[in-house]
Amino acid sequence: MSDAAPILQMTRIHKRFPGVKALSDVRLRLYPGEVHALMGENGAGKSTLIKVLTGVYSVDEGTVELEGVPITVHSPLEAQAAGISTVYQEVNLCTNLTVAENIFIGREPRRLGRILWKEMNRRAEELLKDRLNLNIDVTQPLHMYSVAVQQLIAIARALNISSKVLILDEPTSSLDKNEVDQLFQVVRKLKSEGLAILFVTHFLDQMYEISDRVTILRNGEFAGEYLAKDLSRLELVQKMIGKDLNMLEELPVLSEGKLDTAGEELVKAAGLGRKGAIEPFDLSIRKGEVVGLAGLLGSGRTEIARLLFGADKPDTGKLTLGGGRGTIHSPRDAIQQRIAFCSENRKTEGIIGDLTIRENMILALQAKQGLFKTIPRKRQEEIADQYIRLLNINPPNPEQLIRNLSGGNQQKVLLARWLLTEPDLFILDEPTRGIDIGAKAEIQKLVLSLSHQGMSFVFISSELEEVLRVSDKIAVLRDRHKVKEISDKDMSQHTIMQAIAGS
Amino acid sequence: MKSIYKHHLFWPLCVLAALLLFNLFYSPDFFSITFRDGHLYGSLIDILNFGSPLILVAIGMTLVVATSGIDLSVGSIVAISGAVACLSISKASDQNMLSLILLSVLMAIVLSLLLGVWNGLLVSAAGIQPIIATLILMVAGRGIAQLITGGQIITVTSDKYAYIGSGSLAALPFSIFVVAAVLIAVTLVTRKTALGLFIESVGCNPAASLMSGIRAKWVLISVYMFCGLCAGIAGLLLSSNVSSADGNNAGLWYELDAILAVVIGGTSLNGGRFYLLGTVVGALIIQTMTTTIYMIGVPPEITLVVKAFVVLAVCLVQSSAFRAAIASRWKTRHYPGEKEITRHVS
Repeated sequence: MSDAAPILQMTRIHKRFPGVKALSDVRLRLYPGEVHALMGENGAGKSTLIKVLTGVYSVDEGTVELEGVPITVHSPLEAQAAGISTVYQEVNLCTNLTVAENIFIGREPRRLGRILWKEMNRRAEELLKDRLNLNIDVTQPLHMYSVAVQQLIAIARALNISSKVLILDEPTSSLDKNEVDQLFQVVRKLKSEGLAILFVTHFLDQMYEISDRVTILRNGEFAGEYLAKDLSRLELVQKMIGKDLNMLEELPVLSEGKLDTAGEELVKAAGLGRKGAIEPFDLSIRKGEVVGLAGLLGSGRTEIARLLFGADKPDTGKLTLGGGRGTIHSPRDAIQQRIAFCSENRKTEGIIGDLTIRENMILALQAKQGLFKTIPRKRQEEIADQYIRLLNINPPNPEQLIRNLSGGNQQKVLLARWLLTEPDLFILDEPTRGIDIGAKAEIQKLVLSLSHQGMSFVFISSELEEVLRVSDKIAVLRDRHKVKEISDKDMSQHTIMQAIAGS
Repeated sequence: MKSIYKHHLFWPLCVLAALLLFNLFYSPDFFSITFRDGHLYGSLIDILNFGSPLILVAIGMTLVVATSGIDLSVGSIVAISGAVACLSISKASDQNMLSLILLSVLMAIVLSLLLGVWNGLLVSAAGIQPIIATLILMVAGRGIAQLITGGQIITVTSDKYAYIGSGSLAALPFSIFVVAAVLIAVTLVTRKTALGLFIESVGCNPAASLMSGIRAKWVLISVYMFCGLCAGIAGLLLSSNVSSADGNNAGLWYELDAILAVVIGGTSLNGGRFYLLGTVVGALIIQTMTTTIYMIGVPPEITLVVKAFVVLAVCLVQSSAFRAAIASRWKTRHYPGEKEITRHVS
């Protein structure tokens, strides 16, 4: 493998943004027929490096060589033409076009300028079936399918171009186990065809499962390149974080013996349900309790969260708040009743991209207080500084636009937004998705320490370990049903897996 | 220095300065202001005075655009407002009665507000796309204005009404004070309360705003209402300036000039951040351009073409992508290979 010359070589790459040094002296070598993992914490520069490689950003300094020839790409289109295809972290497709149109957009099969629709649909269907084992109606608009399927379609779109290098930027972050396996089959097939694949991920297991070689970045700097089989997990984590870290192992101790202290009932859902989203379920959340929701993607986890927050209206059942405080009809009601909801869709339902960190933080609190009780500018700045320090947000500049931040830092700003409203119940939907280990542990710790202070949580995550670590009680969901509630001593990966699988 | 260059008002002000300098070149007494009979006279005063209605309409439009909307009906509201006020005054036996003038003005303003609420309801409650929702009133409103005026031009003979659009206060045209009052009021309301933040938030990401507990519907209704109000006041200024109401032509194509002023001022049509002062400068650029074209005697048949070219130039100067393309043309070409040689020495 490694005796071949690299097909793509990036050397001494530097990239600066106003106020941020995103990359300094970074290198990367991709070999044909290899899966190369790019690892690093949030803000380590993984996304920036990829955007430099694909021409989204121009490079300040350094060279990129493709097959030994220096190249300069000015746009993703040029990169694609040169043979570098990318599937980005957030799906970049048009949800109101059909699946086939999405795959062939810009390069539709034509004759005399006329698009051959039948031909296009047939080829799209074949492509999905043969290479991704995905059997769907390609004439349906994309929004009819789940994010996971959309992700596979994005990959299909990149595959369709004859490429030398395929970049997968966290392709698995919204896929469930089966879909990941399906994806990896495709990756292995492409690898055997001689493609160089750059795979960005936060999941260590997946990295070891699929990768041959790994490059690690830390704080925009090159932290080493290794063969995956020569690198132990501990070494990898140490390289990524830059320090010896066992904080993940300390955590389980924290959640012990807490159930006794859990107080009166805060929220009670009785037979709450919504057609096509979630079958009627009962759920009770007590003060200081962390309720985990476990289940596969699309099993109804998010749907429960949305009902609890009033973002969707239930058709059946009743949601009552403890202490006779009535019920909830809208997100606004929920916020007034001290419920917060951090959505899994950070980009579409979370951040306000054009606004600053400070403005994003105070938004919910200001909305709660109303139009005229304006938070004074000075107080806003104090709040922003305080939470930037508390949550370790980078860059520590409250006037930076939130869209310039890495995903993990955006997530922290959103957490700050909700913590500011001092909720009694905080619903976290995939709060650690696309976030590195360090930040993940910080968020888990935060959940535990706040629950000790009496804040209740609904914690949703695709990672079982994580749900187990923080939860006092876990509701397991399967196919839009709440199938089981497991608490305390019965909680183990095994029992939950069994419940999810339905065996 | 860099912060000056980066400021959102930098390029609009440059364009405005360039236009004014161009005028100075053509007529050396362009900047001269004379004092006669207790009034100030001069081209600059004229630009401010005649530009007032456009500035008002554009200020209202700014907030609508900030919510990623658009209001095409402002021109029609201008016509309706003027028509209602003039009709009410012209029916009276004594057209100079103060209570009559106040009542007529109040009627016009309330009606403009209601028309704004109508737009706001269509956009927020009915969920119609703003361009279509306001197109309805743009077309229908012109008809309503013609119905009110009976297809005629209504003239009024009222010194008190004429004062609004052509009177003077402290030697300056009264309309300037109207504009200043509205500008100060809207700046205070949007920047001293959280309304500005909510408008920007709704414009940038409506779904996230809703999840944060912002009443997006009320924000939308209020900006369309305010836009209607601004157009209504502009209609009063315009009709009072000429002491007549013309349902067919008053405020014709105002929506387009207003949108242009907003965009020149740096507010993106995608919504989000808005710049009220930028809009004012944008409107002044458009008004100066109109004045200039008349002054240097461009034949009427090519006036629009000249205007189009100036607008194109303004937009190109404002586009950072265009500036970057020009700048990279000027720089020497970059050869990555040459750098490589020095690197491998070590």
